[in-house]
Amino acid sequence: MTETELLLWVRGPALQVATVIFLVGVAVRFIEILMLGRQKDLAEARGSALAGGLRTIVTRSVPDRGTLQRSTFNVVAGYVFHVGFFVVLLFFAPHILLFHEVLGLNWPALPTPVIDATTVVTIIALLAVLVHRVLHPVMRFLSRFQDYLAWLVTILPLVTGYLAFHRVGVAPPPTLIAIHILSVELLMVVFPFTKLMHAVTLFMARYYNGAIAGYKGVKS
Amino acid sequence: MSASLQRGINAFKEQIDAPVASFFSSCVRCGLCANACLFHTETGDPKYTPIHKLEPLRRVWQQNYTFWGRFAKALGLSRAVTDDELGEWETLVYDSCTMCGRCSMVCPVGNDIAYMIRKMREGMAAAGHAPEGLIGASQRAVTIGSPMGVKLPALQAQIRHTEQETGLKIPVDVEGAEYMLLLSSMEIMNFPEFIGAIAKILKQAGVSWTIASEAFEATNSGIQIGVSEIAAELVERVVAAAEKLKVKGVISPECGHAYMAIRWEGPNLIGRPYSFRVVHIMELLDELREQGRLKTTGKESQRLTYHDPCQVARRGGVVKQPRNLLNMVAEDFVEMPETGTMNWCCGAGGGVSANERADEIRLKAFNRKKKQLDAIRPDAIVSACSNCRIYLEDGLEEYGMDMPVLSLTETIAEHLAGTEQTGSKE
Amino acid sequence: MSKDETLGEALRQQGISRRGFLKFCAATASMMALPPSMVPAIAAALEKARRPSVIWLSFQECTGCTESLTRSHSPTVEGLIFDVISLDYHHTLQAASGTAAEAARETAIEENYGKYLLIVDGSIPTANPGYSTIAGVSNVDMLKEVAKGAAAIVAVGSCAAFGGIPHAHPNPTGAVSVSDLVKDKPIINVPGCPPIPVVISGVLLHYLTFGAIPELDSLSRPKAYYGQSIHDRCYRRPFYDKGLFAEGFDDEGAKKGWCLYKLGCKGPTTYNACATTKWNAGTSFPIESGHPCLGCSEPDFWDGGGFYKALSMPTEDISRTAVYAIGAGAAAGVALGALNRAKKAKATKAHEKVTINDLEKGN
Repeated sequence: MTETELLLWVRGPALQVATVIFLVGVAVRFIEILMLGRQKDLAEARGSALAGGLRTIVTRSVPDRGTLQRSTFNVVAGYVFHVGFFVVLLFFAPHILLFHEVLGLNWPALPTPVIDATTVVTIIALLAVLVHRVLHPVMRFLSRFQDYLAWLVTILPLVTGYLAFHRVGVAPPPTLIAIHILSVELLMVVFPFTKLMHAVTLFMARYYNGAIAGYKGVKS
Repeated sequence: MSASLQRGINAFKEQIDAPVASFFSSCVRCGLCANACLFHTETGDPKYTPIHKLEPLRRVWQQNYTFWGRFAKALGLSRAVTDDELGEWETLVYDSCTMCGRCSMVCPVGNDIAYMIRKMREGMAAAGHAPEGLIGASQRAVTIGSPMGVKLPALQAQIRHTEQETGLKIPVDVEGAEYMLLLSSMEIMNFPEFIGAIAKILKQAGVSWTIASEAFEATNSGIQIGVSEIAAELVERVVAAAEKLKVKGVISPECGHAYMAIRWEGPNLIGRPYSFRVVHIMELLDELREQGRLKTTGKESQRLTYHDPCQVARRGGVVKQPRNLLNMVAEDFVEMPETGTMNWCCGAGGGVSANERADEIRLKAFNRKKKQLDAIRPDAIVSACSNCRIYLEDGLEEYGMDMPVLSLTETIAEHLAGTEQTGSKE
Repeated sequence: MSKDETLGEALRQQGISRRGFLKFCAATASMMALPPSMVPAIAAALEKARRPSVIWLSFQECTGCTESLTRSHSPTVEGLIFDVISLDYHHTLQAASGTAAEAARETAIEENYGKYLLIVDGSIPTANPGYSTIAGVSNVDMLKEVAKGAAAIVAVGSCAAFGGIPHAHPNPTGAVSVSDLVKDKPIINVPGCPPIPVVISGVLLHYLTFGAIPELDSLSRPKAYYGQSIHDRCYRRPFYDKGLFAEGFDDEGAKKGWCLYKLGCKGPTTYNACATTKWNAGTSFPIESGHPCLGCSEPDFWDGGGFYKALSMPTEDISRTAVYAIGAGAAAGVALGALNRAKKAKATKAHEKVTINDLEKGN
């Protein structure tokens, strides 16, 4: 396959397949969860479950002080790579073009040097969390193959994107771009079958948490 | 009929609902729950990581309620949960977890781990993997009416004693009273002064109340062991008595899981809403305070702090009321570092105190409470749960700390305006 | 032009005197640091130098490549065909036509067998030979025949090099490139739609001067002209790096000369000399004139997702796929969810009431 053929394949049929797997997978998992349902609460309510649920979706993003003090690395490194990842994904001009094409939405981009620096910081944070996962007793104890796979498919788009943008000489630039797009397609395909689903299901989990607590008048 | 693995797994399947599924889907193994759990922070043992305590339940969810899980199972590629594994998990689910719910507050993806522990216990118990101590307590609760084996005559003796001491009549089986008071066995046996305190306060406030001889026990062992049928039976007794006596409300006393059982789980266990309201004693007292019906005089000069019983505060929603009440009678009230809904468990709730096997781990975990106390150095601790009180005392003794643990209700009663104080205050 | 004409004869025909010729040889000798005694030898050699035979076959093409060649300014096309080569067959430039033209071709092949340079422009149709014929002979046949005796082949233009525009989906003529059909001769691809004039002439000059193929990249393009991407030599690159893009053809950014990535510029994936050598004797090139690069020197540039679709955009309609996928996923989810509920209901039904006597095993 020539460079051009590879690039056209990843921008075309491969993306179609990845999109199908990703969306079908996410939709199935989402509805599978929802349809298990929740028993209606017959106790007298003290507060609003709905308000509590919606509130927790937002407030759970802010860690309590104790957690911040005791699990500082996890909280900080976790935030750095999450924020970094989304900044790079959503605010790099070529990416916005892609979203515009597929979703019809547009928004301003950040200057490319900012994105570049963010990519580097994010990659460093991801490397740090891997080291932590391997070395920390609780992390090591809890981690399974899936946790390492999710890490890999998350860091690959960042690394390949960096190489493609900077046209690093390990391969011709069109191939670097193709590999980057391919790495994103890998992420999409792996997403619904791993903990990466948390990106979608955490809204449900936080909602249920807040609703259960809010019903009792507790702000969780 | 006996307990069996099959009944246990079946119970797991019944218990899994949309929240549980969303929780297991979202866990990213970040480990933040570990540092929210006192059993982990005071031992450093990773196996006490809260989400890990749920691993068998997670596998049952994955293998039965996810597409790929079912697919793998059909192809014979998945590993079913074994009886031995449930046996291994018994201490994790019962000895090193009080369902305090602190983990549920810190999980960044929003998992309510304590909610799931409660559900997992249904399967563990049905599979025969509940601790001996809890099995005994449940059996006594159902057959005798109290997990500690306290029978009506014992209560009646305490009532007589209280009447003598206070000079007040303790109403029993009074039809049409406003409130029916429940009492935990712990209070009846260890802190009977509570009865007198309530009598004094409600007299001053002009609230009519009664105890039901047919259903006086507040503690619900069914909730602790995690068997809904047993929990429901115990709630039905209370409901029957309340309906028979035609009371407007039922007072849950100074007890944690009793409140959870009667206030929040109760109607769902029996499958219908109540015709009466349920309040924790602190809720009632705070209402009276708001209405100006609670008059106190003088203040405690000693440095006091408040221990939030997990099932009442974080899991129950009664957080502001004890503070309103304590501020009426305390000059030097200092909050614990990390307080209110983020306070730390005493380590003895959720059935842990009924489980002798868990003594060692419970006392190790108490170190967390000790650290909180060391930071503020109070003269005494006030709480609104008798189980917390007695096991705070137990922990303090273990660590050589000399600090009284007081009941909030009793402290209020001691400062009631215009009443004679009998006995010395501690 | 006679194929037999030597350089000396050709120069005399142009009115250059013997004296002038010897002066040129002396200058050449001194530039090459050769002693004056070498001058007669040089003169004799040059005198006898024959201009190599070149056969130019035009297949399925638009003649744009020839047009481009005629704009070459250094060397000029006249200079090329009069001084450097013996252009023995070229549809557009030759004076002869009909059977005379074909005869010229056949004679050139015969007399220079194994030594002539074959230049091809246009793609070759394979679906039906009738799509493009010359004097009744299909392109496929003519290419195969003429290629046999060629020393080397130069595929000028994207059509000859990669199939070009006829090769674009759905390719009704079955158009293919020269290298798809000829496997046993050295081929130099000089793509572009058209290629830059001086690139065409420069490549030919290189081959004819040194008698050797220049260094080629993985697509057989001379690295001298195709070794750098437009992006790496574009004067608007600083704007790309800073993230300053024109959003339309006449907005603020466009007027300020910002990067045209968002308008679909294929500069990052296109290799050509446009950004340095430029067009019209170095006047300008598409990006400088405000239009995004089409990527015309790359294979399948026409099918590359659209000239005005940026490189980061998908080439196919993903939105529609996404909607169908979500729909299908929702349907599958409902079905699987129903199975879940059935399983849960079954478990509830199978529930045996747990009493205080059921809490231990083996009762």
